[in-house]
Amino acid sequence: MTHPAPTMKSAKDVASAFAATEMIEHRGETTLLVARDDLHATLLSLRDDHGFQQLVEIAGCDYPERPERFEVNYHLLSLTLNRRIRVKVSTDEATPLRSITDIWPVADWLEREVWDMYGVMFDGHPDHRRILTDYGFSGHPFRKDFPLTGYTELRWSEEQKRVVYEPVKLQQDFRTFDFESPWEGPAYNLPGDEKAEGDPA
Amino acid sequence: MSETDLKDREDSIATGVDEVADQHGDRDVEIQNYSMNFGPQHPAAHGVLRLIMEMDGEIIERVDPHIGLLHRGTEKLIEYKTYLQALPYMDRLDYVSPMCMEHSYVLAIEKLLDLEVPLRAQYLRVLFAELTRITNHIMNTTAHAMDVGAMTPMLWLFEEREHICEFYERASGARFHAAYFRPGGVHQDIPPALIADIADWADRFPKVLADFETLVVGNRIFKQRNVGIGQISRDDAIAHGFSGPCLRASGVPWDLRKSQPYDVYDRMEFDVPVGTQGDCYDRFMVRMQEMRESLKIVKQCIAELPEGPVMSADPKVGPPKRGEMKRSMEALINHFKLYTEGFHVPEGEVYVGTESPKGEFGIYLVSDGSNKPYRCKIKPTAFSHLQAMEFLCRGHMLADAPAILGSLDIVFGECDR
Repeated sequence: MTHPAPTMKSAKDVASAFAATEMIEHRGETTLLVARDDLHATLLSLRDDHGFQQLVEIAGCDYPERPERFEVNYHLLSLTLNRRIRVKVSTDEATPLRSITDIWPVADWLEREVWDMYGVMFDGHPDHRRILTDYGFSGHPFRKDFPLTGYTELRWSEEQKRVVYEPVKLQQDFRTFDFESPWEGPAYNLPGDEKAEGDPA
Repeated sequence: MSETDLKDREDSIATGVDEVADQHGDRDVEIQNYSMNFGPQHPAAHGVLRLIMEMDGEIIERVDPHIGLLHRGTEKLIEYKTYLQALPYMDRLDYVSPMCMEHSYVLAIEKLLDLEVPLRAQYLRVLFAELTRITNHIMNTTAHAMDVGAMTPMLWLFEEREHICEFYERASGARFHAAYFRPGGVHQDIPPALIADIADWADRFPKVLADFETLVVGNRIFKQRNVGIGQISRDDAIAHGFSGPCLRASGVPWDLRKSQPYDVYDRMEFDVPVGTQGDCYDRFMVRMQEMRESLKIVKQCIAELPEGPVMSADPKVGPPKRGEMKRSMEALINHFKLYTEGFHVPEGEVYVGTESPKGEFGIYLVSDGSNKPYRCKIKPTAFSHLQAMEFLCRGHMLADAPAILGSLDIVFGECDR
């Protein structure tokens, strides 16, 4: 017996239908890596030909070190075949993805959330507004370069009799503690280290 | 009617319809659509929901839900915490069913770690997940009844909810924000007296539930307000991403506890209630029936509960025993490191969806191999259900909106995260 998390049938066989895409099988979950231009066709085909009736989730993820920093994960569920698949596509700030609101109406809010949190644009979305952040908010808070404390805070102003926005003032700077053991944490490159690794000549 | 007449009428809407009616001698005046603001502070909004409704008289033409008023950035906060420190955030998502939120999260971590969990812990988790399902459904069904005018069920059933809160407290020390499920098992074992009390309560509860049913199920007013309201077909429900009781009410026999069992759900014997019409009444009835099924699982868990440890023996994940810490230096170091540094989760990504009382609650967890999650995307149940408000409300009366909202079972802690 291993982990008690839900297990289901693998969706490996689906990958063969999409010759141009890469497939990853990890922890019993199937992921298809597709090109941006194939996204819409792939998802449509997964719904119509492979029985993935439901779009469960669209999850954005930010990898600032990559040339195309955003990854958008579409999680699909098949109610008839009882399996799941993840379709992964990457993009950057300037390149929109094609909206899939015409395939699943539920994609509407899910895409709006990815736009709001990461700033990934969706081409052909009928209602491309922010969804979770405040009215008049600027920036995309889930990007890795957006500070956890944010930029503005609001308070009730007794003089103006309304809520006012102000730059964040913290009594104490935000602290993150790095408790990782030095041999397990990130690589620390101290100045001069390159001398030790290079050829001594 | 001439052009000027029309213009006159339009102008006069601002000043009062009656005036116009008097001028023209008829009272059947066509009025323009108008927008109405519902919430964010409204008792029937179940939290902080703001609906902008476009009304044609009393008929709803368009609904635009504005959400995010309770957005706390949970997913971002989790990225700055270790796996264990991030766990209590889960309780604060759907604060009506806290332990079911933890369930997805701990299972996702266990899946990444490929960690074995002791059988007793799995039973305890299922036991408490089902108690949570009952407490959630109590809250929803009675609040739904109150939305359509029935006050009594809320007063009667809240006593039962209080009992479950007590069980929570006796198991975890907290009435709501339990943080009881941990990666590798549960926090503490429960005393035998608590098991006996839960069993006693499980025997008493059906009586209360039956009383509740006699109040509303056959009630004429309750039926008038719910039957045929907010109907959604099977295919529409699937396309709109419905899950849980809302999907089952539309006639789809889909329950993750049956189809993709986790923990010891594969050993449990229970039925999945399914509706036929997909209206508010069916959603209500599915939840009523689910409480009975949950009770079966609770009883079965109590009967079969095995002896044994409740936390994984892997010292990387499970803390050492208190007594051992008093004697052994290594155990003390282990404890200290576990609660400061936490444990490292191997690189990878998983999606784990469990059957929370409201539907499929999922966690998409990305690990970069460190002691903190790189990304933890929470799949809320309410996002798809609330999004369908427009679809469900269109063409209904204004007074039906609270009934539909109540039947969808939405909690904003989870919706806005």
